[in-house]
Amino acid sequence: MNRRETEEKIFVFLMKVTTLMIVFIILLIIGTIIVKGYRAISFSMLFETPRGGYFLGKGGGILNAIAGSFYLAGGATAIAIIAGIPIVMLMNVFLKKTSKFSSFIRLCFDVLWGVPSIVYGAFGFILMVLLGLSASLLAGIIIISILILPIVVRSIDEISQTVPDGLIHASLSLGATKLETGMKVITRQILPGILTAILIAFGRAIGDAAAVLFTAGYSDSVPKSLFDTVATLPLAIFFQLSSPMPEVEDRAFAAALVLTFIVLCVSVCSRLLTNKYNKYKI
Amino acid sequence: MENIRIIKNNLTYYLFYGVGILGSSIVLIIGIGLLLKSYPVIMSHGFFQPIVSAEWFPLKGKFGILPFIVGSYYVSLIAIAITFPICLLTAIYLIEYAPKRTLNTFYPFIDILSGIPSVIYGVWGILIVVPFIRDYLAPLFGVHTTGYTILAGSIVLSVMLVPNVILIFIEILRTIPQELREAALSLGATKWETIKLVVLRKALPGVIAALVLGMSRAFGETLAVMMVVGNVIKIPKSVFDSGYPLPALIANNYGEMLSIPLYDSALMYSAFILFLIVLVFNILSKIFLTRLVKIMRY
Repeated sequence: MNRRETEEKIFVFLMKVTTLMIVFIILLIIGTIIVKGYRAISFSMLFETPRGGYFLGKGGGILNAIAGSFYLAGGATAIAIIAGIPIVMLMNVFLKKTSKFSSFIRLCFDVLWGVPSIVYGAFGFILMVLLGLSASLLAGIIIISILILPIVVRSIDEISQTVPDGLIHASLSLGATKLETGMKVITRQILPGILTAILIAFGRAIGDAAAVLFTAGYSDSVPKSLFDTVATLPLAIFFQLSSPMPEVEDRAFAAALVLTFIVLCVSVCSRLLTNKYNKYKI
Repeated sequence: MENIRIIKNNLTYYLFYGVGILGSSIVLIIGIGLLLKSYPVIMSHGFFQPIVSAEWFPLKGKFGILPFIVGSYYVSLIAIAITFPICLLTAIYLIEYAPKRTLNTFYPFIDILSGIPSVIYGVWGILIVVPFIRDYLAPLFGVHTTGYTILAGSIVLSVMLVPNVILIFIEILRTIPQELREAALSLGATKWETIKLVVLRKALPGVIAALVLGMSRAFGETLAVMMVVGNVIKIPKSVFDSGYPLPALIANNYGEMLSIPLYDSALMYSAFILFLIVLVFNILSKIFLTRLVKIMRY
C-alpha cells in the first residue's frame, strides 16, 4: 500500500516540476529577447530605413523590414481570407457537413497544414519561374497566402461546424437560398471565428521566413510597388545576426524584440476576442 | 426576381466548388511540381541512389543527401525524446490533478509559445542554449565544442514542439470517458494507477499520433534549427557533433545553385523527399487518430 502511494507522490511531484519548467522556459525566452532588444532599440531604429554603410554599423533603422513584413502579411492574409471563406461555405452550407467531398477537402488542408514552410519556399520558386515573376512583394504574398490558407480554412471550418443545423434549416425553410443563408446567417454566427482566424493567420504570416527566403528577395527601402523586392523582419534578424559587427548584431536583437512584440499583441488580441465573443454565442 | 436569386445561388455554387477543388489540389500540385523539377537528377542518378549515398560534392556531380536525412532524423528524434515525457506529465497534471483555474492560466502561455516565430527561437538558441552547452554541458562530459551541435538544435526544437504536442495530449485525455476512471477508482486503484493502467492505455493510439505529428513538425523546421546546429556536412556520431538537417540544405544553398549543372534539380529533389517524409508522418498520425475515435465509440 505504501509503495503505491509513494509512486503516486513521486509522479505528481514530477508533473508539477515539468509544468513549472514549461512556464519558466517561456518566461526565459521572452525575458532574453526583451533584455537583449531593449538595449539596442531606439527611435531611429524604428522609423528609419538603412543608410549607406548600414551593414558596417553606421546609421539607419529597420523600417524597411517592419513595413515589408506588414505589407507581406497583410496582403497574404487578405488573399487567404478571400480564397478561404468560399471553401468553408462550400463545406458547411452548400454541401452537407459530413459529405465525402467536405471530408476530402478537410483531409487535404490538414495535410497541407503539415507541409514545412521551406517546401513552400521551394515550390514558390518553381511557381515564380513558371509565372515569369522575379523575387518581389507579389511573389512573396502569393506563396505566404498559400502557406496560411490551411490555417484560415481549418480554423473557420471548426467554428462553422458548431453552428446548429436548426439555424440553417430555419433559414432555408423561410425560402432563403443557400447563398443567402451562408452570407447573411452563417457569417454572422462565425464572425468572431473569422476575426480570430485572421489574427492567427497574420501572426503566422509575419513570423515565417523560410517560405519567403527565395521569393521576396531583400531590400534596403520600403517597397513602392508589388514588383519591388521586400525585406521582412525574420530575414532581417537572420541576416544581421550572422554579421561579425556587434552594432549590427544589436540591431538583430532590436528587430527580434519588435517581431516578438507584434506577435504577442496578435496572440493576446485573438485570445481576448475569443473570450469576449464566446459569451454571446448561441 | 425569384429567378435571379436562384441563378446567383447556382453560379456561386459552381464558383465555390471550383475554388474547393483548386484548394484541395494544392498538395498534389506542390508534389507534382517538385517531382517534375527533380526529374533531371532522378534521370541521371536514379530515384533511390541519392538517398543512400553520403557523398555531397555538387561540383563533381555527386548529390548524396544521406548525411542531411540522418542529421534531420537525429535532431528530430532527440527533440521528441525531450518533449514527450515533459508534455505528457504536464498534460496529465493539468487535466487530472490541477484545478480548472490552473489549466485556464496555462493556455495563454501555450498561445505565446505557439505564436513565437521560428527565427526568435533561433535567436534564443544562440543566446542561451549554445553557450550553455559550450560552457557547462559539454565540459561535464569532457567534450570540447563550439556549442553549435545536434543537441542545441534538439533542445530548441523540443521547446518549439511543446505547444503542438501538449494541446493534442490535452484533447486526447479529455476524450477518455469519465466512467472508465470511476470504474478503476471504485475497484481500489489509486489515481495514479488509474491514469497509468486505464487512461493512458486507452489513449495509446492518440499518444502515438501526437508523437508522429510532432516528428513531422520537427523534420520540417528550418530556420531555428539551422541557426544553432552548426551546418557541417557529415554523418553525426554523437550529440555534441555538428549536423546539417535537410531543410537547412535547401535554405542555405539557394543563392549559388544556378551555376552548377543539376544542382537546382538536386535541391528540388531534397525538397521533394522532405515533402514525402512529412506527408507519410501526417497520414500515419491521421490513421492513429481515426483509430482512437473508433475505440472511443465502443
